[in-house]
Amino acid sequence: MNFNLMAVFPELLLLALAVVILVVDPFWKDSNRKNNLGWLATLGLFGVILASLLFAAPAQDQLALGGMVRYDGLGFVFKMLFIFTAAVSSLFFMDSEKLANRAEAYVLLIAATIGMNFMASSTDLVMIYLAIETTSIPMYVLSGFMLDDKRSTEAGFKYLLFGAFTSAIFLYGLSLVYGFSGTTQISDMRGFFGTFNPVSGGLLFLLIVGLGFKISLVPFHFWAPDTYEGAPTPVAGFLSTASKAAGFALLMRLFVMAFPQMAEHWQMLLAVMATLSMTLGNLVALAQTNIKRLLAYSSIAHAGYALVGLVANSKFGIESVVYYLIAYVATNLAAFGIIAVFQKSTGSDEIRAFDGMSRRSPYLGLAMLAAFLSLSGMPPFGGFIAKVLVFAAAMEAGWTWLVIVGVLNSIVGVYYYLTVLKYVYLYRMEGEVEEGHPIHSSRPAVIALSIASLGVIVVGVIFSPWFGMATRAAASLF
Amino acid sequence: MDFLNTHLLTTILFFPVFAALLILFIPNEQVKAIRWTALMTSLVPFILTIILWGRFDSTAAGFQFQEQYSWYEAIHSTFHVGVDGLSLSMVLLTTLLTPLAILASFGIADKVKAYMMLFLFLETGMLGVFLAMDLLIFFVFWEIGLVPMYFLINQWGSPKGERELWAGVKVSARNYASLKFMVYTMAGSLGLLLAIQMLGVLFQNYDLAYLTEQWNALDGNASLLGLTVSQVKTVAFWAFVVAFALKVPVWPFHTWLPDAHTEAPTAGSMILAGVLLKLGAYGFLRLVLPLFPAEAQQYAGWMAFLATMAIVFGAFASYGQTDFKRLVAYSSVNHMGFVLLGIAAAATAIGTKEATIALNGAVLQMFNHGLSAAGMFFLVGVIYERTHTRNLEEFGGLFPLVPVYGGILIFTSMASLGLPGLNGFVSEFMVVQGSFPLLPVYTSLSMIGLLFTGAYILKGVRKILHGPLNEHWAHGEHKLTEINGREIIVMAPLMALILFLGLWPMPLLDVINKAMVLLFH
Amino acid sequence: MQFPIISIIVFTPLVAAVIMLMMSKEAKTEVRVLALAAAVFDLILSGWLYFQVYANPTTAYQFIEKVAWLPILGISYHVGVDGISAPMVLLTGIVMFTGVLISWGVDDRPREFFAFLFLLAGGVFGVFVSLDLFMLFFFYEIAVFPMYLLIAIWGWKVTREYAAMKLTLYLFIGSVFALVGALAMYYANYQMHGVLTFDMLELEKAGFSSAFQYIWFMPVFMGFAVLGGIFPFHNWSPDGHVAAPTAVSMFHAGVLMKLGAFAALRVGIMLLPEGAKQWGWLIFGFAMVNVVYGAFIAMIQTDMKYVIGFSSVSHMGLVSLGFATLNREGMIGASLQMFSHGVMTALFFAAVGMVYDRAHTRQIPELGGMSKPLPWVAVAFIIGSLVSMGMPGFSGFVAEFPIFMGVWQVSSIAAIVASISIVITAAYVLLVVRKAFFGDMPEHLEGHITPIRPLDKVALVTLCLLMITLGTLPGVMVPMVSQGVENVLRILGGA
Repeated sequence: MNFNLMAVFPELLLLALAVVILVVDPFWKDSNRKNNLGWLATLGLFGVILASLLFAAPAQDQLALGGMVRYDGLGFVFKMLFIFTAAVSSLFFMDSEKLANRAEAYVLLIAATIGMNFMASSTDLVMIYLAIETTSIPMYVLSGFMLDDKRSTEAGFKYLLFGAFTSAIFLYGLSLVYGFSGTTQISDMRGFFGTFNPVSGGLLFLLIVGLGFKISLVPFHFWAPDTYEGAPTPVAGFLSTASKAAGFALLMRLFVMAFPQMAEHWQMLLAVMATLSMTLGNLVALAQTNIKRLLAYSSIAHAGYALVGLVANSKFGIESVVYYLIAYVATNLAAFGIIAVFQKSTGSDEIRAFDGMSRRSPYLGLAMLAAFLSLSGMPPFGGFIAKVLVFAAAMEAGWTWLVIVGVLNSIVGVYYYLTVLKYVYLYRMEGEVEEGHPIHSSRPAVIALSIASLGVIVVGVIFSPWFGMATRAAASLF
Repeated sequence: MDFLNTHLLTTILFFPVFAALLILFIPNEQVKAIRWTALMTSLVPFILTIILWGRFDSTAAGFQFQEQYSWYEAIHSTFHVGVDGLSLSMVLLTTLLTPLAILASFGIADKVKAYMMLFLFLETGMLGVFLAMDLLIFFVFWEIGLVPMYFLINQWGSPKGERELWAGVKVSARNYASLKFMVYTMAGSLGLLLAIQMLGVLFQNYDLAYLTEQWNALDGNASLLGLTVSQVKTVAFWAFVVAFALKVPVWPFHTWLPDAHTEAPTAGSMILAGVLLKLGAYGFLRLVLPLFPAEAQQYAGWMAFLATMAIVFGAFASYGQTDFKRLVAYSSVNHMGFVLLGIAAAATAIGTKEATIALNGAVLQMFNHGLSAAGMFFLVGVIYERTHTRNLEEFGGLFPLVPVYGGILIFTSMASLGLPGLNGFVSEFMVVQGSFPLLPVYTSLSMIGLLFTGAYILKGVRKILHGPLNEHWAHGEHKLTEINGREIIVMAPLMALILFLGLWPMPLLDVINKAMVLLFH
Repeated sequence: MQFPIISIIVFTPLVAAVIMLMMSKEAKTEVRVLALAAAVFDLILSGWLYFQVYANPTTAYQFIEKVAWLPILGISYHVGVDGISAPMVLLTGIVMFTGVLISWGVDDRPREFFAFLFLLAGGVFGVFVSLDLFMLFFFYEIAVFPMYLLIAIWGWKVTREYAAMKLTLYLFIGSVFALVGALAMYYANYQMHGVLTFDMLELEKAGFSSAFQYIWFMPVFMGFAVLGGIFPFHNWSPDGHVAAPTAVSMFHAGVLMKLGAFAALRVGIMLLPEGAKQWGWLIFGFAMVNVVYGAFIAMIQTDMKYVIGFSSVSHMGLVSLGFATLNREGMIGASLQMFSHGVMTALFFAAVGMVYDRAHTRQIPELGGMSKPLPWVAVAFIIGSLVSMGMPGFSGFVAEFPIFMGVWQVSSIAAIVASISIVITAAYVLLVVRKAFFGDMPEHLEGHITPIRPLDKVALVTLCLLMITLGTLPGVMVPMVSQGVENVLRILGGA
């Protein structure tokens, strides 16, 4: 038995951080709390990243802690990604009045991050389920955090209901898996699912229901628009990025490691779902008038694109998915961050309200430009290379039709992303001088936005380090 | 001087461009300076041409003073220029008429700078055609000449009048005329362009001498571009013929000419009639006959028919005009008909003595018509400037008012009419003399045209100078003033040459004759 | 290590754009000066590059720089120029320079305007010098999206939203299909040679199977050719031209459309030569439609910008036509036509922009007599017209003549039909000249037409001189272009 604690080094640090926050919180005066909490959480999270990179990078893939988790590249890369997301999100938390001075918010954020970390690294069915729940429960709470806001409450509740429902189904799936294979260790399951039959097909489906919910694949996406719209914007940002990436991490590990012999079938299943997600997400996004709902549908579509890489079921495919998620996380963080700042200043998240935004705040406009162009897949932003990579992976594996579908979808995407930019850059505020309505942004928000926007560009221009990470991650699965 | 020795032709050719650029830097207000610079610089090519003439060896075969520079290597076209007797006479005509035309346009007051520059560009365009020894260069200059002429008519043409373009769309007459000029010539050039391209594609070369040799060496039954060689040749032949016939212009392609002349400014008309029309005839001699001897022979009858129609209808139409300028314009159709008649006759029997005589006549007629037509148009311009009308019915009995002008007009008209002793007679006589044995019917028919030449010219002279005096011009603010010194200076060289060539054409004819013998032996 | 001139050319506008975005919004003059300085700098460098290639024309690529970008996947930053791309780089430099001069008067957010314009320029430079397929796409897309903003924000109020979106979508659609084709090549090469590479010099040698080339040639070629305005995907282009602000129209018609044709050549024809031979007839046919149909449509337009927009469709058709002939003359002509047309339309749009800024209309019937107050513009427009109708002595002739020679070798009928476009072109450009610049000026404009700025004159003169120089002395460009074309022919011959 391997009890290498380095395997859970980041999680231990996160836990410690959460505890520290809870402990010191009561000592602060109300006036200072807001800043102190946020900075502590942010710096702490960045500190965790730094420490983990220095001390806990896995040299060799191995099962650890009695086979509960795997101490490998895939897990590690995703962990870093989650913690980074949490760090940037906590900066956005600071900017939100409802969240900023509540220690619970940060603790819940950290708790969810711990859950995600386990989602990315666990290899045991029980552990997997626990990880999912550890992630979900704090997220339910965070979504409904603004108790005096009906929409927020509705969001949290809806998320909870859907989540509970799908995780029950997922649990049922897991139990069946255990029943057929007699093991909870997914690396031992290889041999048990050799042939395809209705039962194993159904089993795959049950698993996909659960994970599809997490990554908001069609047809398990219904919660996403409402939740994103209602949840506090920084939470929605976190939800749409880290939470989705965690779902992908688990999906990849589970399917690639446990069901290699049934690959053909789950590939097809996923291809169909990718098609549905991309198409439905993009088409419905066209009709949105609320920016957060638009981003919700766009994130559904992006789940579809990322899935294209997984459908390839190759080393390069996994690499491309990891790269995609890195780019996507940076981009969507920036997008939600901008909306958070904007919403705070103007009180609205309708697309119409963005009229003349680039004149009100040129730099915010530029950040928006970068984020949305990245979402639409234009260089030199991360979205471009990410899309190219997933499509390339699918081409390599011979999924040309899926690539065509993806390509057609990205054209639709360009349309509505540009439409948003039209409001930002082209339209003017009616009867007002924009310069008279500047958008104020606090220092944490500026820092967070700078990090995210720079990330979008860096990921889109300098490939090697990120792709190196993706390679490291993919190597763990093959 | 060494540079001049080796680059004489290019100097003549490009000096006007250089002069135009010089004028570009004279301020707009300095109208006088612009005019004089234009005049003085346009004399330089003329003087150089005289030098050229002096050094020219008329007995030597082929082209002289050749210069060749790489130009468009990728498609094997070189900047190759040279002169033989044929082109030399045309170059002389051009460089002679240009300074006169510039002097004649000293009266232009509007946009003088642009006007003078265009004129000089025009000169280069025309000279280039005469000097080119490369088919592509030929075409380049052929087209370049179009543009200045278009703008000269369009911008400095007579401002009056309106014409219907199509379907009730009215445009001013000068626009109409310039557009017609452009469209006709462009349409002709298009066929030319395509034919040239085809030649270029076939032989990967544009050098005239080389092309002529290769083209004639082709087996008539071989297959080319999906057709037999002779079919291709026929098509190309007609493409060339139509392009040049439009420019000459030959009936029935002539309708642009009266319009263009009527609307063009005086100097423009001088150059148009004096040189531009010669480009077409030159094209026949330089390209059509050497490249398509067989086809030319085959279709000589048709060409002669067109020429005869031009002569006859040109004369009739001219007689029917009431506008003095249109009268002169149609006379050009009539006179140029003789050029084509000579060429057509020669085509039937290349190399024979008659053919050579006919060709000599045709080339001489080109030169002579250049002199007399330029003179006539200038004289029309002189009177128009004073009276602002060209309607023959509004003149009458002006001789006593303007005796000097009257004398000059009569003299020039007689040259145009073909009075023995003046130049027109010599060339028309030679054409007829050469053509008659070869194409008796057409030549006889042309004689009718010749008869009417006398009729319409006398009509013009009579309407203006004789008959009852139109009192309108006799006194008051409309009092007709005599031709002035500048205008006489314009006419003087023309008249001197008309007389000189009428009495003793040998110096010119000798050069032409030797060239024709060498070219079409 | 040699002086990385190409990289400097490519990144100067990008860096300048970033610096501009960081400058204060009030510093309008400073932004303009910076823009001009960067443009001049780039123009000088691209001119220098041009003359280096001119002095030493070879079939090989020169000034190659190669830096690994994502080595595992064979993506590298790999640039170089040959006889075909060097003129294009120069063209971009010129259009950038003149575009900045013309846009001096942009007063609505000049900072963003110039920054986006320079992003666009950087992207364009990048495509022209790319020797790596991935990099080519990368810069290709960078060149596309600033167009959207430039048109949508600073464009003509009436149609800008529609036109900008249409343009972006068309180009994006084209490019993604080409991208799919590029990926297919990438893997086909991998399967055959076991090397993952986007290096175009390697892919040239891949020797893809006939069937493969047959399938993928059309998506790749047409995907790029959309940007070159090829029929039946030309529709975006006139709308885009019309809606765009002056400098952007210049860029758009002058350079961006060349990007399409250029990439179609580089990727479509040079990497899939066999496919080009198999599909040449279809491209040829499309291009013929472009040439003739574009000219006819241009003739019936009443908006000056639409006239020029459709004339671009027609002229770019000649470029495609030249490439589709797949022979030496046609390709030389097409390459020259890219340059010539680039300069010419830049000039046209500059001139039209100047008229529009003063008269506030581009409707030809509502204009008149502009030559009096704007003589420079009139002369420039006339010279442009002459180029456009292929008048000898100007660059248009030098370019179109070999194209027609190439077409002759393919089909004599086609040559004759295509030549109709010359007459039509002459008809409509002369109509515009006559109506807009001569004749009588409408009364309400009398006295309202202010003279143009000295900077505008510099721009106009530069462009005119270029066209005349190329037209009278084709030797300044033809030798290097023929060397570039030799390289293409070698590939076509070896396939």
